[in-house]
Amino acid sequence: MAKFALQRLGQAVVLLLLVSMIGFAILHLAPGGPLSQFALSSQMSQEDLDRIASQLGLDRPLPVQYADWLWRMLRGDWGNSFRDGEPVLKVIGSHLGATIELMATATLIAILLGCWVGILGAIRRYSLFDTLATVGAMIALSIPTFWFGLVAIYIFSVELGWLPAGNRHTVGDASLLDLIHHLIAPAIVLALVETAIWARFMRSSMLDVIGQDYIRTARAKGLPEWRVLSGHALRNALLPMITVAGLQFPTLLGGALVTETVFTWPGMGRLFLDSIAYRDYPVVMGILMFSAVMVLIGSFLADMLYAAVDPRIRVG
Amino acid sequence: MASDFGPFGQPTRRGLLAIGAGAAAGLATPPSALAQPGRPANPPDKPRGQVVAALSQEPTVFNPLMPGIEVDQGVWWNLFSPLWYIDPQGHFVPDLAKEVPSLENGGLSADGLTWKIKLRTDVKWHDGTPFTADDVKYSLDLINNPNFRVRNRVGHSLVKDIKVVAPDEIHWRMESAYSPYLSILALTFLVPKHILEKAADPNTAPFNNAPVGTGPFRWGTRVAGDHILLNAHTGYHLRGPFVERLVFKYIPDLTVLYTQFRTGQVDYTGIQGILPNFVKEAQGLRGRKVTVSPTASVEHIAPNLEFGALADRTVREALYFAINKKALIDALNYGLPVQTETFVPQQAWSFQAGLPAHAHDPAKANAMLDAAGWKRGAGGIREKDGVKLEFTNSTTSGNAVREQTQQLLMQDWRAIGAGMRINNMPAAVIWGEFWQQSKFNSVLVSVNFMLGSDPDVTPRFGSGAIPAKGGRGFNTYQYSNPTVDRLLAQGATQFDQASRKTTYGEMQKIIRNDLAILPLFQAVISEGIKDGLQGFAPNINCSSNCWNIREWFWA
Repeated sequence: MAKFALQRLGQAVVLLLLVSMIGFAILHLAPGGPLSQFALSSQMSQEDLDRIASQLGLDRPLPVQYADWLWRMLRGDWGNSFRDGEPVLKVIGSHLGATIELMATATLIAILLGCWVGILGAIRRYSLFDTLATVGAMIALSIPTFWFGLVAIYIFSVELGWLPAGNRHTVGDASLLDLIHHLIAPAIVLALVETAIWARFMRSSMLDVIGQDYIRTARAKGLPEWRVLSGHALRNALLPMITVAGLQFPTLLGGALVTETVFTWPGMGRLFLDSIAYRDYPVVMGILMFSAVMVLIGSFLADMLYAAVDPRIRVG
Repeated sequence: MASDFGPFGQPTRRGLLAIGAGAAAGLATPPSALAQPGRPANPPDKPRGQVVAALSQEPTVFNPLMPGIEVDQGVWWNLFSPLWYIDPQGHFVPDLAKEVPSLENGGLSADGLTWKIKLRTDVKWHDGTPFTADDVKYSLDLINNPNFRVRNRVGHSLVKDIKVVAPDEIHWRMESAYSPYLSILALTFLVPKHILEKAADPNTAPFNNAPVGTGPFRWGTRVAGDHILLNAHTGYHLRGPFVERLVFKYIPDLTVLYTQFRTGQVDYTGIQGILPNFVKEAQGLRGRKVTVSPTASVEHIAPNLEFGALADRTVREALYFAINKKALIDALNYGLPVQTETFVPQQAWSFQAGLPAHAHDPAKANAMLDAAGWKRGAGGIREKDGVKLEFTNSTTSGNAVREQTQQLLMQDWRAIGAGMRINNMPAAVIWGEFWQQSKFNSVLVSVNFMLGSDPDVTPRFGSGAIPAKGGRGFNTYQYSNPTVDRLLAQGATQFDQASRKTTYGEMQKIIRNDLAILPLFQAVISEGIKDGLQGFAPNINCSSNCWNIREWFWA
């Protein structure tokens, strides 16, 4: 198991290095730069722009900039944002809480609801519930998240006035109730696609398991149906879901990006978009590396968990 | 107009009405924007309540001398003070200075080289330290410090021999006379010496993210990516502030921003206001009012005057005649902007009236091109001496209205045998080297050519300001005209406004005649304000209409 873990860690380090090189190259080779926003100002001249670029170190050769960035990164200095001069780690940290809050709530909703729908759909295969759940999942997977968001805002905020049209808090009100009030719509919107994915995987996994011989044996032994399902089927059906959980992280992160924009949620997704638009190289690279590490951790943990519960993985 | 202003130069209610009416003259200002029957007009005795101002860009630069954009300036206006500011009518109004220096009051020498500024004695920084002439000297020195990441040194670099004569008086000498410096100083916010001089590196000083100013509001908190909260500075030296808290709320998507205004979560929609397609609906909302006011930005087609057929003035004139401006303004911009022929806003003292008016006349355009020897070739595209009348037009991708404008232009120009192709790019790309080094054929762009209220356009039209030819400035059009160069030099050394008006009027005539740019219209901004919020006064001379939130209050 330790050898397996070390192998995976080694692969992760190489992957991170590759991500950083490709990300850095793409970002810096893309035309335009962080100073282009000043180009329409009458008060600035080309000389001013050149001077500021030089002060920010943007006039150095790209490999030198990369080597400098990597060296500082390895020493824990992720650089300062071009936009507000704050350290990148502080900038990421200030947005992380909001994203975690949103993603965790959405994940919780998705797992609970998705698993329930999936299990029930498998048990009552081809029933009206199963058909409706399948159609619902297909709709959720086919329609863009931003559309769901806008519809939710229109119905629940503009027309009914039940929920706020966005933001994480009312300014000056940091109560839990206010937070929950603001969290409901974006969390549900973000959870929709995830729920559909979980439901589809869970249904298929459950169907696979309940067709196995040992389930027939359990039933033949006269165990009550609920014990067969919860004690035998569910535990084994949940096993493949570990992988699903690990692989869903990037999808969730992508969904959060859209949801945060629609609901003006001050999280990492919006920060990433803003930073790209501004060509805030240090922050974009910081988020890229942070996300890559998170995805790799997710996938690593999924691998480890799977290997722990199914020894064939380690051997294979 | 003098009676429209109070004892401190602030607009009275009557003045505000006049400003509102004047600013929106000819525009679709709803009656609700100008009258609120039955509501008291007096501000409260002490700050009360809060204002949530929504912005579509996030303010991130809080040191007002560092590189920032319009949205940052909106915050600076509330945290800091300049020596004087420019009111909506274009008058200089003293702020930290006791009076605006002039030839008449002896603040300026006859040759414009010696400046003597008298300062107020009742001003305190937010931490209680008195503001003095040392702060002015420190600010000017910092701007000229080669190690400081200053926004620009236009005008400031001419300041020499700064002498602090007394805590409330400062003198300096200008290397050469430069009249636009009055406007530049009106947009230069002063920073505290006693805080910044202690920083090892002013570029990374803690002050830059927790600023201390002399403005009407004190720094409160910032939640990055979400909002900035400022608190009332009760010791403020001018009138106000009248609200306890000012919240700048960042909402990047303009549709979402409008929705939050509609649902009452924000009180005011600042930069970039309400999208034109929502304006009519917004005007009908209960409990909301909409103000449509002109901005100093002029939407125009920027030709690269060194590129192919566009170098030919006849071609540019023909292209101009072929544009259906009315359709652009009415159909795509909901009739809100005002058509223009010059780069100077129509509200400015330097605006030259009576310039040749644009006419949509494709027949005339065709005749002009025929007469000039531009013959229709394959596919109906004209050519002359092997040069095809064909070019690309670029603008920021994703800007729906501009993209529709391009479609109309393409159609209009096709009718006279000119081929245009669209080549759009993201903002960070198009306004980079592509624009700065004149790598474009033509661009659809909106530019504020003014330095505050000053029409000095040396960085835009001076022949020494062409970056593609090693010049200092933003003459990306590559425009070069010796007469304009002479007028630019002349205007920058004149201090008498009447003389300057003549100089810049002459310049506008030449630039219109040369069609160095193909002006389309003067842009407007539509801002929403919650009913009951008083004091809003659009100011074309500031980059942000958040300039006077100190005057805002809830009725």
